[in-house]
Amino acid sequence: MSEKKTKRRDFLFTATTAVGAVGAAAVVWPMIDQMNPDASVKALASTEVDVSSLTPGNTLTVLWRGKPVFIRRRTQEEIDEARNVKMEDLIHPEKDEDRAKNPEWLVMLGVCTHLGCVPLNDKGDYNGWFCPCHGSHYDTSGRIRKGPAPWNMEVPKYEFVDANTIKIG
Amino acid sequence: MSDHDYRPKSKVGQWFNDRLPLLTLANHLTDYPTPKNLNYWWTFGGILTFCLITQIVTGLTLAMHYIAHADMAFESVEHIMRDVNYGWLIRYIHANGASMFFLAVYIHIFRSLFYGSYKAPREIIWIIGIIIYLLMMAAAFMGYVLPWGQMSFWGATVITNLFSAIPLVGEGIVTWLWGGYSVDNPTLTRFFTLHYLIPFLILGLVILHIWALHVPGNNNPVGIDIKKPSKDTVPFHPYIVIKDGFALLMFMIVFAFFVFYAPNILGHADNYIEANPMVTPAHIVPEWYLLPFYAILRSVPDKLLGVVAMLSAILILAVLPWLDTSKIRSAVFRPLYKQFYWILVADVLILGYVGAMPAEGLYLLIARVATAYYFLHFLVILPVLGFKEKTLPVPLSITEPVLGGSPNLAAARNKESKIE
Repeated sequence: MSEKKTKRRDFLFTATTAVGAVGAAAVVWPMIDQMNPDASVKALASTEVDVSSLTPGNTLTVLWRGKPVFIRRRTQEEIDEARNVKMEDLIHPEKDEDRAKNPEWLVMLGVCTHLGCVPLNDKGDYNGWFCPCHGSHYDTSGRIRKGPAPWNMEVPKYEFVDANTIKIG
Repeated sequence: MSDHDYRPKSKVGQWFNDRLPLLTLANHLTDYPTPKNLNYWWTFGGILTFCLITQIVTGLTLAMHYIAHADMAFESVEHIMRDVNYGWLIRYIHANGASMFFLAVYIHIFRSLFYGSYKAPREIIWIIGIIIYLLMMAAAFMGYVLPWGQMSFWGATVITNLFSAIPLVGEGIVTWLWGGYSVDNPTLTRFFTLHYLIPFLILGLVILHIWALHVPGNNNPVGIDIKKPSKDTVPFHPYIVIKDGFALLMFMIVFAFFVFYAPNILGHADNYIEANPMVTPAHIVPEWYLLPFYAILRSVPDKLLGVVAMLSAILILAVLPWLDTSKIRSAVFRPLYKQFYWILVADVLILGYVGAMPAEGLYLLIARVATAYYFLHFLVILPVLGFKEKTLPVPLSITEPVLGGSPNLAAARNKESKIE
């Protein structure tokens, strides 16, 4: 066999394999992507909540995208406690001013950032929330203070549609 | 053994066997020379095959009545329990069968650890076994989700959230696994599909596991290489078949006890409450067979490192044949290893216990010490022991122990006289 012939074969072999690989990848992707959230799941993107009945010191829990959302109407003590924390004491430093634009209202996903349990209200060492699964303590701003969770509870996109209605998402 | 020169007696048999040598395979399986000193710890391979088939048969029948939908799953399970003829029996066999399966597989694994069955030339058998074990855990976890009770839902949430520990892509992977923004109907339907698939993957791997076993043949309590066939072996049928059958019968008594007298003792009461995404049960615990790994996960205060530690605890087993540097297989001739072996058994049991307890105070401290020891055993003790340990003299064959050299001489003679 001459050297020229071998090279021609090599080229065909490589080209065929490359085209085959691209084709296989093109077929595999739909198989993988079909597992991502579908259109009907994405369509449930926002929800409106009437918060007129909520008195200071109480929390309303609503379901948004299958996850609980805590809406807490905070008392003045809770606000003061959250705003007087030094940044260097926080595991995931975030100002309470950034988390609760309107200081009376704290809206966040009621999902522990460790492994996704729902933390309990008015519990824990920081008067905020306590996750019973693996012992994470959150403060009155929903910030992680102690335990295995890496981040503060997430604040979703929300807005006041009017004085009594919050739109989440 | 007459694998290669086997010829069926009948003309029809010969005609068939020349075209598809199934009869040669059957002959290999019946004549397969087995060490004659196998003890009852060796019967768990057969028991595990029984467990797998039981799970497949009961699972198939349950699937005829179960509805994989978030709104109907919980009710359909109750429908199986109350309305379907013998539904309660089939479901209790399936649910307790999972526990029995794990009980048997842990005995099977610890038998390998004691007698060094994972060492050359049996590394591939061992690694296939570890893959089977991983698939068993996946199947058991997804099966536990299907009744859509509180433990199902929150167990699924916690375990899938383990993937969120992966930097950068973690959250995306979790959303992809869920098919949404939380555990919901898309999660349930895919878990059902995979739960249905995995047992058949396991079945395929079990065939490879046995195939790989039949190349070097069984290890044995003395842990030496033996000539096959020889005075040291007996044919698989009828000797091992009868012994395995008897052990299986004993095992089924234990199995039946759970099914008929304590069908819910291994489960969790919270799973008879329908899944509620708004309320997490006060105390989330996995099934008993996953507790040691759960304890390892919780003993590390960092999310990512906790997940890494838990996965390493399982995957470390896959490289065990290369971590154990000792040439001697059986712990019978390794006086130091034997002690460390039992410490490891105790360590794993302790991890299982603290895994069921709240992760705080003394329990957390114990879990941390036990986790550290677990890794110490595999990463430090085993490699060092192979060089430092003074092993006892090993007999040259099962039938003829080294005269005057082996402390097991009497025992070996005793066994021999019983067999003959």
